Amino acid sequence: MTTKTVRNVHVRTTINGQEMEFLVPPYMSLLDALREVVGLTGTKEGCNDGNCGACTVDLDGRIVDSCLVLAPEAEGKEVNTIEGMATPQGLHPLQQAFLEEAALQCGICTPGFLVAAKGLLDNEPDPDEHRIRHWLAGNLCRCTGYDKIVRAVEKAAKA
Amino acid sequence: MVAIYEPTQDLKVVGTRPIRHDGYDKVTGRALYGADVKVPGLIWGEVLRSPHAHARIKSIDTSAADAMPGVFATMTHADLPMAEDKDVDVGEGMVNVRRHAVNVMADDKALYKGHVVAAVAAIDRNTAQEAARRIEVEYEPLPVVNNVDEAMAEDAPLLHPDMHGNHLGQQIGGTNVAGQFRHQLGDPEQGFAESDLIVDRTFTLPMVHQGYIELHNATAFWDEEDRITIWSSTQGAFGVRSQTAGILKIDESNIKVNPVEIGGGFGGKTVVYLPPVAAVLSKKAHRPVKMVMDRTSVFEGSGPAPGGKIRVKIGVSNDGKIKAAEADIRFEAGAFPGSAVSAGALCVLACYDIPHVRIDGRDVLVNKPKSAAYRAPGSPQVAFASEQVVDEICDRMGWDKLQFRLENASKQGTRRADGPTFARVGLVETLEAARASDHWNTPLEKSGDGKLRGRGIASGYWMNGGGKSTCDLSVSDDGIVFMNEGSADIGGTRASIAMQAAEVLGIGAHDVRPSIPDTDSIGFTGVTGGSRTTYATGYAAYQAATELIEKLKSRAAALWGIDPEEVDFSDGVFSSKSDPELKLGFKDLARRLDGTGGPVTSTASVDLAEAGNSFAVHICDLEVDPNTGKTDVIRYTALQDVGKAVHPAYVEGQMQGGAVQGIGWTLNEEYFMTEEGVMANSSFLDYRMPTSLDLPMIDTIMVEVPNPLHPFGVRGVAEVPLAPPLGAVANAVTDATGTRFTDAPINPGKIVAGLAHENGA
Repeated sequence: MTTKTVRNVHVRTTINGQEMEFLVPPYMSLLDALREVVGLTGTKEGCNDGNCGACTVDLDGRIVDSCLVLAPEAEGKEVNTIEGMATPQGLHPLQQAFLEEAALQCGICTPGFLVAAKGLLDNEPDPDEHRIRHWLAGNLCRCTGYDKIVRAVEKAAKA
Repeated sequence: MVAIYEPTQDLKVVGTRPIRHDGYDKVTGRALYGADVKVPGLIWGEVLRSPHAHARIKSIDTSAADAMPGVFATMTHADLPMAEDKDVDVGEGMVNVRRHAVNVMADDKALYKGHVVAAVAAIDRNTAQEAARRIEVEYEPLPVVNNVDEAMAEDAPLLHPDMHGNHLGQQIGGTNVAGQFRHQLGDPEQGFAESDLIVDRTFTLPMVHQGYIELHNATAFWDEEDRITIWSSTQGAFGVRSQTAGILKIDESNIKVNPVEIGGGFGGKTVVYLPPVAAVLSKKAHRPVKMVMDRTSVFEGSGPAPGGKIRVKIGVSNDGKIKAAEADIRFEAGAFPGSAVSAGALCVLACYDIPHVRIDGRDVLVNKPKSAAYRAPGSPQVAFASEQVVDEICDRMGWDKLQFRLENASKQGTRRADGPTFARVGLVETLEAARASDHWNTPLEKSGDGKLRGRGIASGYWMNGGGKSTCDLSVSDDGIVFMNEGSADIGGTRASIAMQAAEVLGIGAHDVRPSIPDTDSIGFTGVTGGSRTTYATGYAAYQAATELIEKLKSRAAALWGIDPEEVDFSDGVFSSKSDPELKLGFKDLARRLDGTGGPVTSTASVDLAEAGNSFAVHICDLEVDPNTGKTDVIRYTALQDVGKAVHPAYVEGQMQGGAVQGIGWTLNEEYFMTEEGVMANSSFLDYRMPTSLDLPMIDTIMVEVPNPLHPFGVRGVAEVPLAPPLGAVANAVTDATGTRFTDAPINPGKIVAGLAHENGA
């Protein structure tokens, strides 16, 4: 289908605390809407089929692969992305811990890991190593071997 | 020319763990990767790929795509010029430009499933994808060459009937063997005759993928002056420039490659796939064109690591010495010549001091994607073979596996079979560190629940690279030093290069601010590959900083009205040799430079012929469930001669990441191909790289044997971590199960079958 033959859908949602509205084709993923329509490119595409977690966002308190969510499904919901994680007061403890523990190399998976890890710590402030590894198993990293990522999440939990 | 240095002691910045300079951008989502690029007027490109692994392309009809609303341009191989028939260096291997152009877009034949046959540019990504599907291609399927045995069979279908392979110096036609070579040292027959035990085994490995998380991407704009601007995530912007120029047959100087971040490469982003296509589409559409591969296309249409067949034969005497060795390495190049077999041949027996060696290599064409570099290209595959043969020898002779490796270890002066002798290297020191490690000294406890536990050890080797790099420095009024350097930063090299300049300048790591400019704005710098960047670009930074200090000494002399020879510099302070009152810190001097002769800048470029080699030793404990064949790594220690760890946290990270890639390669990663040459597992779900849940912590022990070729003793550290794990993990599986597995990956199915065979089932 070309864009000319499809009527766009109006979506009203809250992204990183900001109410906003946009028009998207009905087939567009939330990932593409964030990146191409809203202009938030911190959320990354790694596979577009829900296997790598690079596009992880928080949707109404749940961690989702935004490539598997249609943008119109965000109607009336709250979306939180990597861009909303730091505040004017500073980095989130997870972001700080990732920097201090060298938990990123190329950095492409980092936004997804941070959003996913925040989803864990928001609900379970003191997870053990196995719980962290289990929670993050939906996010692929090919650079680090996960060691320093797990340590950074442990450190942030203690912060 | 190579200068030999004594390692500098008492380092203040090198060896510390500052937050990397690009860190804040990368934890906040601000960092701009290739797919994030937006420019005014941007449209999307998409390609159509061959569904056949080998087929003649009889016709291509783009008219239905051209007629679609929103389509700006279509393209086939006819839109590419006839590129020159010459080889160019892509950083970790050579490619022939004409064949490279045919890989970028098929000519008269599709040579692998996923080979690009046509392309389209349209108003948005969805329209481009739909238009690509409307391009009609008529194929005549041809017989498929699936592996090296089929390729070398007498009546094998030929991938390139026009190709002549270089076989031991002879030009041979009518073959799928693109190259064949031999290295020989001493007299292997004599060495085997002197041996008391000879073990001779053949191993096979399938292709595997580097598995970088970022998809290949490119944005290109072809302007009115026939100049092309490119944004593309790459390990080397200058490589994108030279390859694109060669394929499009235009001058390199008419291409500018802009820096964007790269989301992993491991060797796979040294080769261009999309930039020439995006450029041609842009020319035809007169709009900037952006292209992003999907994941299946990355698996099927980029450059995996070669699979192949490796035979290793080693003879030992009863006193524990290796007397002779032979290796026969046949690598799947993919559909075009140029696998890592030449590098693999340099690595296969490099960990051992052996008097008599013969190594044969063959570069073999098969109907699979053209292989590319993958982290120590060729070394992991050959270590899977040689380290298992060493392990079997020790098992059969009842020898300690670490002691045997120590007694036969390569050291300074050992001659590699292909000729060169080692300078100062640290294999012995690394093995000794392994022998002293907690891991090696902690007995492996039996599993309580019937699982089979085992421990494996293996060594590995990588040459490391030198080559060309450029670094520019300028001093600001407030004493901050701005650095431009040309190396793509794939995992912390802004920091490791800036830290070397800061060390010389006597300022903090964050007082040097590194940038990576576009290819018009910095001198040539080679690809981030070959473990060359922290060594070679760091060397350029060292030289530029040294020159900067000399200039600042002159300025201090001018301020003080003394002779520049009278100015001393140490610990970040400029001082007069004769008048103790005259001294200025780096920043104090920077603030007073106005009026002393203009801005203070320096530049350095290097072309380093030699690098200083790396060795690593890995120890793996794992347990195998005999019922399911599932293997879990339960403890892992990576040891490595790192020369001098500039930023130890990122050196550890390289060691851990390489180890985990090797664990995945050994236990379950593979291109699972059908008889028709189709990859049946071309998604992350089915390819199944290790997740966080599959792994324990990866312990690291850095051994610092200074590289005599670098002022701080730096060696490349990034590639050798993938050399030992295939041997270490495979040997641990054998230790656990009592069964030797010679075909990778050693997945649950093979383990269950192997155990059943062992039990006489």
